[in-house]
Amino acid sequence: MHEMSLAEGIRQIVEDAGRSQGFNKVKTVVLEIGQLSSVEPDSLRFCFDVVMQDSIAAGAVLQIDSVPGSGWCMQCAETVPVAALYDPCPKCGSYQVQATGGTEMRVKELEIE
Amino acid sequence: MCNVCGCGTGETRLEGEALDHEHEHEHVHADGTVHRHTHHHTDEHAHSHAPYQWVPAGAHGHTHRHADGSVHAHDHVHEGEHIHEHGDDSVHYGQGPAGAHAPGMSQAQMVRIEQNILAKNDGYAERNRGWLADRGILALNLVSSPGSGKTTLLVRTIEELKNQVPVAVVEGDQQTSFDAERIRATGAPALQINTGKGCHLDAHMVGRALEKLSPPEDSVLLVENVGNLVCPAAFDLGEAAKVVVLSVTEGEDKPLKYPDMFAAARLMLVNKIDLLPYLSFDVQKAIDFARRVNPRLEVIQVSATTGAGFADWLGWIDARLDEARAGRQRTVDQLRARIAELEAQLAAKG
Ligand SMILES: Nc1nc2c(ncn2[C@@H]2O[C@H](COP(=O)(O)OP(=O)(O)O)[C@@H](O)[C@H]2O)c(=O)[nH]1
Ligand SMILES: [Mg+2]
Ligand SMILES: [Zn+2]
Ligand SMILES: [Zn+2]
Ligand SMILES: [Zn+2]
Ligand SMILES: [Zn+2]
Ligand SMILES: [Zn+2]
Ligand SMILES: [Zn+2]
Ligand SMILES: [Zn+2]
Ligand SMILES: [Zn+2]
Repeated sequence: MHEMSLAEGIRQIVEDAGRSQGFNKVKTVVLEIGQLSSVEPDSLRFCFDVVMQDSIAAGAVLQIDSVPGSGWCMQCAETVPVAALYDPCPKCGSYQVQATGGTEMRVKELEIE
Repeated sequence: MCNVCGCGTGETRLEGEALDHEHEHEHVHADGTVHRHTHHHTDEHAHSHAPYQWVPAGAHGHTHRHADGSVHAHDHVHEGEHIHEHGDDSVHYGQGPAGAHAPGMSQAQMVRIEQNILAKNDGYAERNRGWLADRGILALNLVSSPGSGKTTLLVRTIEELKNQVPVAVVEGDQQTSFDAERIRATGAPALQINTGKGCHLDAHMVGRALEKLSPPEDSVLLVENVGNLVCPAAFDLGEAAKVVVLSVTEGEDKPLKYPDMFAAARLMLVNKIDLLPYLSFDVQKAIDFARRVNPRLEVIQVSATTGAGFADWLGWIDARLDEARAGRQRTVDQLRARIAELEAQLAAKG
């Protein structure tokens, strides 16, 4: 998807946190990326390196923690694991599954110096 | 610039004028806590200088002090993602574990952030949503691949609607302003946003456009997003609904290739059905695929050139307009309740 915009959002968050909390060197940026969010980790890594140049996180390691996808199956009336938005319910095979988890794209934490 | 999808900081232009400047704001809370953030800011911006703003759930009032000493107030949405700095130099997260303070910086190597990457956009989107709700304006965000027929659909929709309800249009395009010109030919006001290298509209651009356009109360605002089925899915503009357009000249499996957009949309318009006799496109298959991704997706089949299916599409818009008006009534009721609450507080202090 729009990995460049995401990288810019990350830079903004990191710079804001540095300003408000008084640190100026970030060693690691830890993200939580849901499996259903359609973020391409490789392209995000590429954009991250480019966008973070000249920031307090220049050269920082990007750690991407993946969050498994889940959805609400209307047939089974329960939460089931799904790997993609178009996947059927693994229990009953129905496509009546509404994504409920694994859509997040968040900055979780920073390792600072 | 991103090599993958081509989006980037690009030169955003609003009717040819550059749109990019921000400054830092200091927020002073009623309890004396202070925090800062940067945000885009111009005199024309709704969120900046209006003495009063719609109050969304979870919003609270902020006072902004500018470098030149002028002070203004606005409401501002907090989602537990805002970092607050206290006068006593301690730091805590908006909704950290029960407001706990972070350990001192000297020992702390890890700083917890827990912030949505698109939080900034989402904040602007909520502001737009409030601005629109306040005025009973129904905003629809039309998304599709390039060439699916968004502009043609808009032109015909405006022709059909314009004697019943005012319609205004925001046109997103990377470079040109041809689409806005096509819309203006109908007599409806249209504002062009050129996103440059950016492959989607964001909520801040739309906020600026809203102020320039200043659509009347109880009207319809149609947004034509940049032709792209990927990015626009993630960028909330503050619209009531996303409408995804799939034309029958595309593949039936598009909903599986670009699931995010079909998951984010409330309605799918299957367009160009006048061409069905000449194609092997299986409409039911496309609908089934789209509903695998989004079981609640509504579907209407139309032709923007012949007008087939338009009665259903216009009926759908009408139902959304009723919702917008009901929403506005709720806002008014909430405001009344809030005024009563504030007056009671004032009386108690008085
Ligand atoms: N046959 C047919 N052509 C259409 C229809 N809607 C749009 N088109 C044509 O599709 C092309 C692209 O349409 P346009 O509205 O510019 O698409 P946009 O890029 O999504 O805004 C134009 O040549 C239109 O005339 C339709 O319902 N039927
Ligand atoms: Mg167009
Ligand atoms: Zn099931
Ligand atoms: Zn990109
Ligand atoms: Zn502000
Ligand atoms: Zn704030
Ligand atoms: Zn702004
Ligand atoms: Zn200001
Ligand atoms: Zn605050
Ligand atoms: Zn984009």
